Amino acid sequence: MGTIQPKVEAAGDELTLVHAAKAGDIGAFEELVKRYDRNVFRIAQHITQNREDAEDVVQDAFLKAYQNLANFQEQSKFYTWLVRIAVNEALMRLRRRRPERMVSLDEDIKTEEDSMPREVADWSPNPEQLYNQGELKEILGKTIQGLPPSFRTVFVLRDVEGLSTEETADALDLSIPAVKSRLLRARLQLRERLNKYFKNRTGGDGKP
Amino acid sequence: MTCSDFLKELTDYLDDSMDAQTRAELEDHLQWCHNCYVVCNTTKMTIEIYRDSHLYELPDDLRTRLRSAIVSKCECHKKQVSDPLGQSDSPTAK
Repeated sequence: MGTIQPKVEAAGDELTLVHAAKAGDIGAFEELVKRYDRNVFRIAQHITQNREDAEDVVQDAFLKAYQNLANFQEQSKFYTWLVRIAVNEALMRLRRRRPERMVSLDEDIKTEEDSMPREVADWSPNPEQLYNQGELKEILGKTIQGLPPSFRTVFVLRDVEGLSTEETADALDLSIPAVKSRLLRARLQLRERLNKYFKNRTGGDGKP
Repeated sequence: MTCSDFLKELTDYLDDSMDAQTRAELEDHLQWCHNCYVVCNTTKMTIEIYRDSHLYELPDDLRTRLRSAIVSKCECHKKQVSDPLGQSDSPTAK
């Protein structure tokens, strides 16, 4: 069975742009915005689950990055540093919107549907053949919304944005084992929840 | 290897970050355990489907609007920082 390879953004002339932006070249900073605005928006929307908040996070994260460029030590990639800022902004918005619920990346949540798969069924035909793109997006959005913020944040950074485990740990200020543990549970919980939409209806159910 | 052992290693297996011996043990387990094979396969599909879904794409018009707002805020910040008289009013990061 094949493995999953993360997609990697070309580093290109990123450091040159960062240096120019640090020297006050706003055009260079705009290039960095163009390079990563889609990613920051996607991450923000995954975490906040709210369009307006995601728009605000994009603006605030880039502005904050610009204002603090002098503090960027270049020990990590600019993108990892930017993601760290964006995640913090997104979590702050989420906390504001849901003050009654604790929102933290540190919590290592145990849930009733934790690790063991309860339902095992192959997905055939492929989900893309069962649903049109609009329906599929609705299912995927609804499903990931149900995960705890700490799980969906790790999932989106690792599996959607393609950050490495080390970069994800760095961006979220988590240990590598903590990233791996959350990622495993996020993946398994999403799989379990998607099962009800995608499972093969002609049989094959069972339990491991 | 039990199914529970297999699940613990699933993330490293899918990310191809393990030594050859552990990988061989997991693949041996997959040969005979249909349930783990299905869980592994559908978890891999879960990752791929999210990665390829284009969920939460930034529309072009919104993208242009956001970028122009960001640039204008950065320009405003730059002016305030370079103007010593305005320095005391310089906005701090939100």
